[in-house]
Amino acid sequence: MSSLQKIGVFVCWCGSNIAATVDVKAVAEAASHEPGVVFATDYQYMCSEGGQARIREAIREYGLTGIVICSCSPRMHEATFRKTAQAAGLNPYMVEIANIREQCSWIHRDMAEGTEKAIILAKAAIAKLHLNTPLKAGESPVVKRALVIGGGIAGIQTALDIADAGYEVDIVEKTPTIGGKMAQLDKTFPTLDCAACILTPKMVEAAQNEKIHLYTWSEVQSVKGFVGNFTVEIRKKARYVDETKCTGCGLCMEKCPSRKTKSEFNLGLSNRTAIYIPFAQAIPNVPVIDTEACLKFKTGKCGICQKNCAAGAIDYEQKDEIITQQYGAIVAATGFNPISLERYDEFAYSQSPDVITSLELERLMNAAGPTKGVLLRPSDHEHPKTIVFVQCVGSRDTTDCGKPYCSKICCMYTAKHAMMIREKYPDTDVHVFYIDVRTPGKNFDEFYRRAVEQYGVDYIKGMVGKVVPHDGKLLVQGSDLIGGEQIKIDADLVVLAAAIEPDKSARPLATMLTASMDTNDFFTEAHPKLRPVESPTAGVFLSGVCQGPKDIPETVAQAGAAAAKVIGLLAKDKLVGNPCVAHSNELMCNGCATCENVCPYGAIGYIDKEINDHGRREVRRIALVNEAVCQGCGACTVACPSGAMDLKGFSNQQIMAEVDAICKP
Amino acid sequence: MAVNPMELRDTVLRITGVNPRKCMKCGKCSGTCPAYDQMEYHPHQFVAMVEKGDIERLMASPSVFMCLSCFACVERCPRGVEPAKLIEGIRLAMIRQKDANHMTMNDVPALLDSEMPQQAITSALRKYAK
Repeated sequence: MSSLQKIGVFVCWCGSNIAATVDVKAVAEAASHEPGVVFATDYQYMCSEGGQARIREAIREYGLTGIVICSCSPRMHEATFRKTAQAAGLNPYMVEIANIREQCSWIHRDMAEGTEKAIILAKAAIAKLHLNTPLKAGESPVVKRALVIGGGIAGIQTALDIADAGYEVDIVEKTPTIGGKMAQLDKTFPTLDCAACILTPKMVEAAQNEKIHLYTWSEVQSVKGFVGNFTVEIRKKARYVDETKCTGCGLCMEKCPSRKTKSEFNLGLSNRTAIYIPFAQAIPNVPVIDTEACLKFKTGKCGICQKNCAAGAIDYEQKDEIITQQYGAIVAATGFNPISLERYDEFAYSQSPDVITSLELERLMNAAGPTKGVLLRPSDHEHPKTIVFVQCVGSRDTTDCGKPYCSKICCMYTAKHAMMIREKYPDTDVHVFYIDVRTPGKNFDEFYRRAVEQYGVDYIKGMVGKVVPHDGKLLVQGSDLIGGEQIKIDADLVVLAAAIEPDKSARPLATMLTASMDTNDFFTEAHPKLRPVESPTAGVFLSGVCQGPKDIPETVAQAGAAAAKVIGLLAKDKLVGNPCVAHSNELMCNGCATCENVCPYGAIGYIDKEINDHGRREVRRIALVNEAVCQGCGACTVACPSGAMDLKGFSNQQIMAEVDAICKP
Repeated sequence: MAVNPMELRDTVLRITGVNPRKCMKCGKCSGTCPAYDQMEYHPHQFVAMVEKGDIERLMASPSVFMCLSCFACVERCPRGVEPAKLIEGIRLAMIRQKDANHMTMNDVPALLDSEMPQQAITSALRKYAK
């Protein structure tokens, strides 16, 4: 190893996180004997102001040309130490991190083993640093426009807040209207204000805001580009109704003869026409034709809506439209759905219409719902006298039918339902089977206790084992763990608090955004505590339940937080890029296009260029990397058959030097 | 014969492969059990008692033989605790203590039936072949 580097090594204790399993003094001592190392030390918290001051002093005192920090993962503090180095006049890319916490101290118990590994990791980082060269990041402009994917309360709130700061925002919503799940709800806990009364004004505000553009009945089809400069293709599905002409008079729906399709908005509890708006306050108030139900599309005959439309808005020939738009930031707000309960035979959800989900109960209790807010059993339209609620159906369930997590909102909405039923129909017996009642939140536990103490809801600690439809009743058999008995209740209605899961569109969207997800298909945040509304993918932000189960107050708070992050990004005129990008050696490149094929970001193109190959001049086809688009993943460097592709900051030579240092006895 | 309760617990857990710590105490096993009324201790109690090493009390109770081995609790447990397997393990431990196993290893292959859970065959045999 010969280079002219003067290297400083700084070993962090991270309190006891590292020092309890790694002998930090031994690591510093071992590092000090490595070639090129002129200074090595250890300190309790390298990232603290005191620790950073030591680094800055050492750089100045010893004239260091590069530093190695043995500490936590570079994902945690690489940026911190690069700034420290820069403050002392060093190029920020002359910093290497040896991860001796996540990849060493946290996973080892034995001090001797941990120390040995930490020394090896330090040596590898030193070996790499010998080959580092100062890098300068390029700059790229920021498109002052944001895209919000999903038009529920999360997406609406995010868009309103971004628009309020003066930036253009587009909302893409895959259903015909914005409003999302909240539009289907009756009342909202813990204050019991009606969901529509607080949501529809926000929907109207979004529609009327000059800065907000709504693409309903639309889906994101592709995403290219990078933070500050995304190019998104939006598929605006054919509505078969011209939005610019439709006056929203509703005559087409009145006249439509196809009236037997289950209403998605009412969860199949009522029917709708083939040309429809999901609900009366839908925004935009422009119907959509369901081609699978429409007689004109199915048989070619009918056309009644077209004949009746005074505005001439019905257009059976309308085609899907692709809109291409540039954005600086993207917010995922794709929301959730209750899980399918088909596989829970024991609760008889598929066998009896009187076993319903809590969301279906919302529709049955909603004044604008299929029963005009009168609680009637779906089977015989009678008032149910005995109602059993079952919580945690599919939540906290590690079998393959359910979800391992707590869905978080069910305890509160179940208490709400139970309380409202007892308020409206005091002669009804209401039983709630619970495993745990989880009500953390402002005024939440008080709310639940009110259901018990003031409204006389019977909470039973235990789970329902089975529900058997019998003779117009539902025989509910369950555990009463506190009473120490197995109880049987003849119920008229059973309400299942089904677990919630991310919307199915989230997974393909995450792939398009190259945003990471967890095993449950919730978007992963950049840091679970400190960066909760940002995706690890730069320029992608998270709002609402797509990041994890949450109720409306939390969703609105997170939506505002995501908007603040977007505004912070859009307020910048230029972004400093990542200089660790690929570049091709034009003398070695043979123009085979292997790199272009593996590049996930579309960053590689080809040019014909005159090359001077040791005196021989000829025009060759060679790869050219767009440094603004390249994310530095390194896929091309591995795929390149001629070894022409290399990654700045992670060159093949540097990686091999690390491997050599690790393998050296 | 005095047996260390914790050793007995470890034996039962080893032969059944059940981890009672997975139980979240929801009571669905006892909510679903068709033999509940015949039992002194119920499926959820079995799980808790085994976890605490309180096994001799269980062994002394006729409850373990009231279990029908219908496996409804195993099927419906949201956490995969498998109480019926645990109960079967206790029965087996009792038989071993009495040194009165009614089967030898060699008898098993002839009794296997692809239509029936193997656990059910062995538990039925132990219960009724006395």
